[in-house]
Amino acid sequence: MHSWLRLLLSVGVFVLGLAAMAGSAAAQGTTPTDDEVNAIAKQLYCPVCENIPLDVCPTQACAQWRDTIRLKLSEGWSEQQIKDYFVEQYGARVLATPPAEGLNWLVYVLPPAAFLAGAFLLFRALRSWRQAAAANPAMPVAPAPSDDPYVRRLEEELRREG
Amino acid sequence: MLANVGYFTIVLTFIAALHGAAAAAYGSLRRRPDLIESARHAMLLTFPLLSVASGCLIALLVRGDFSIEYVASTTSLAMPTYLKITAWWGGQAGSLLFWSWLMTAFTTAASLRNWDRDREFLPWVIVVGLVTLAFFLSLVVFFENPFARLWMTSGGEQVSALFRPAGATPLFPDDGRGLNPLLRHPGMVIHPPMLYLGFVSFVIPYAFAMAALITRRTDDRWIRITRRWTLVAWLFLSLGLILGGRWAYDVLGWGGYWGWDPVEIAAFMPWLTGTAFLHSVVIQEKRGILKHWNMVLIILTYALVVFGTFLTRSGVLSSVHSFAQSAIGPMFFAFIGLTFVVSLSILISRWPELKGENQLDSMYSREALFTLNNLLFMGILIVCFWGVIFPLISELFTGQKVTVGPTFYERATGPLWAGLLLLMGVAPLSVYGRTSLNNLGRAAWKPAAVSLIVPVAAVALGVRNVAALLGCWLVGLVVAVVVYEFWRGALARRKLHGENLGLALVRLAGRNRRRYGGYIIHLGVVVMALGIIGIELYQTETQGTLARGEQLTLGRYVMTYDALTVFDTADGKNVARAVVTVYKDGRNVGELYPRRDYYYASQQPMTIPGVRSTLEDDFYVLLVDWQPIGTAGATFKVYHNPLVNFVWAGGLIFILGTLVAAWPDREPAGVRARVLARREAVQA
Repeated sequence: MHSWLRLLLSVGVFVLGLAAMAGSAAAQGTTPTDDEVNAIAKQLYCPVCENIPLDVCPTQACAQWRDTIRLKLSEGWSEQQIKDYFVEQYGARVLATPPAEGLNWLVYVLPPAAFLAGAFLLFRALRSWRQAAAANPAMPVAPAPSDDPYVRRLEEELRREG
Repeated sequence: MLANVGYFTIVLTFIAALHGAAAAAYGSLRRRPDLIESARHAMLLTFPLLSVASGCLIALLVRGDFSIEYVASTTSLAMPTYLKITAWWGGQAGSLLFWSWLMTAFTTAASLRNWDRDREFLPWVIVVGLVTLAFFLSLVVFFENPFARLWMTSGGEQVSALFRPAGATPLFPDDGRGLNPLLRHPGMVIHPPMLYLGFVSFVIPYAFAMAALITRRTDDRWIRITRRWTLVAWLFLSLGLILGGRWAYDVLGWGGYWGWDPVEIAAFMPWLTGTAFLHSVVIQEKRGILKHWNMVLIILTYALVVFGTFLTRSGVLSSVHSFAQSAIGPMFFAFIGLTFVVSLSILISRWPELKGENQLDSMYSREALFTLNNLLFMGILIVCFWGVIFPLISELFTGQKVTVGPTFYERATGPLWAGLLLLMGVAPLSVYGRTSLNNLGRAAWKPAAVSLIVPVAAVALGVRNVAALLGCWLVGLVVAVVVYEFWRGALARRKLHGENLGLALVRLAGRNRRRYGGYIIHLGVVVMALGIIGIELYQTETQGTLARGEQLTLGRYVMTYDALTVFDTADGKNVARAVVTVYKDGRNVGELYPRRDYYYASQQPMTIPGVRSTLEDDFYVLLVDWQPIGTAGATFKVYHNPLVNFVWAGGLIFILGTLVAAWPDREPAGVRARVLARREAVQA
């Protein structure tokens, strides 16, 4: 083989190699920033340091978790894929709020249901009291607060309290 | 010797508490004044006895007697004396003793103050106070003895016991492990006593409520007697919560002040019911309604006070606050369940006697708006309670523990807080009794119109977030209403008494402290709300690893990393301290020194932020990591916290308002004379 042909072939292989490396680097993305890592870490909790979000936990174990997130991000994983990975490895407790499935629905349903029930009971009680009061119209309707009645009201209350 | 004296004094107090509770109950039921007097003496003994026990513990702590397990686990030679004293409440056994000591102080004060006036209530107040005390002391006597010594068994096992176990030899460690580093902050030194004072003082209104039910004195007398106790309890609880927030901000290194941690919530829940109660009792006093509801609220508050102590002390829900974990959980659980069931049973047995004296005349009256306020507080309580216990329920039924984090609480309670702010703006303008929407509208339109200036100004300043604008309007409304109320009151006084406006304002507040103190509290709340809006909606953060001389930019701030030193200190810690220079809009605004302390004895790291603090914002820098000296790289996490200082400023206004509301009145001469006459008659 001619030497120039060998040289051409070597250059070609080298260029192809470079292109392949560049392609692979592009597929994996650039090195993730700390902020990108923390954006995901903020939504996760490690099972040991309960109630401390992963982005601010100072322990060595949590630093390793953050490194894992960095690695996965650099491999091109999406936020959801990374969260799913941690759930698969350590269970749903790593998520900041329970996934809305099974018994966990109760977390989201019970407080508004209880509040609405309370509001309904209160409304019914207020209405029944008001109806009872309307049936007994002994008390005069309070006048709208204006300067002079306010003076009277204020003084009356001050006397009562004092 | 001191340890033996301390322990046996606690045992004596426990016996006195049991005797006092039994004698007071039996004496009241059988109308035996001698037994009631004996109970009273037993109760009066508890405070001096526990003071002796506490004195013994403090002496051991200060002396550094490390043969005592509690002393060895909470103090060390390097600790200053004031921290050694605060170790009294720095561990589980000591804090239970501290709780009990405060309890005896409050029950003693309540009965000494009210004995002559409230003879029919006091025996039952003694029963409730001493039963609560006996419960806490039983934990100290049987489970968590702060005076237990350290021993080495013949099998080489280290154990703790007051007296020598068979074949064991005493241990005398050279030094102790020291107080948990997280607890060495000034905020944390005062935070637990404040919370405990709040917890303990809520027992007094509960005790009077039970006494009122048992003695069938179900009018509002018990409320009038305990009005100030309730305000004092609320003051301490509020102070404890605010100090806890400040501690978290300064020490825990997450850039915030409230992490919705289960133990934070545990202290917050009695505050919620207590606040609802403070509003609701006003309605009972003025209109003679909501009597059942007030009983329910104070019973709930008491249960939540014990539950709060239970959460911190049982270790059932481990969290950043659960420093102490032990097997006393089931005892707490049983006590809460038992007292709750007994209280509700007594309430149900007196249900018909608590019928309201009036009806509700209008949906727009002050009483109706106050009940709405109670509904919102209860809504927040349900969210908090459910969020705290759900992980346990999940673990119990599915075997899987879940995390209920801040997102849940913030989303669920946000609208309820907004509703409360709206009520804070509207309710002060409403009147009692029969009124109409028209009347309320006529009273409210002026301040409502003025309040619109605030969101308009916010838009002009570039605020576009709808939640922030709504929050700003609500804040504006409350401020406008409070100013309007003060203004109208002062004008009225000037018209009637010819006083100048300044004097009229002072006298107005002085003669109706609860009402105008309440308005100041509302002002404090909205100033805090501004801070919360700032940090919740506009907090930004970034993190980066810098070589010396490199910069990190966050908004208008630039930070340059200058230097890092790592050194050991005399008090047993390794300190890594960075020096950074902060620039705002290109101008040098000073140096900060974020650091990481590592405590050798407890093997615990602690992150201390470097903070540049102004009324406008905080620039908050954490040293996250650093490379060995030489390569000179360090990782910093930086937060920009707009308006966060409004939270602390609002807290101060809040406390000031509570002090105004709770400040003792001079007793009118007539009342004083009646009390004296009665006292003389009794003595005769």
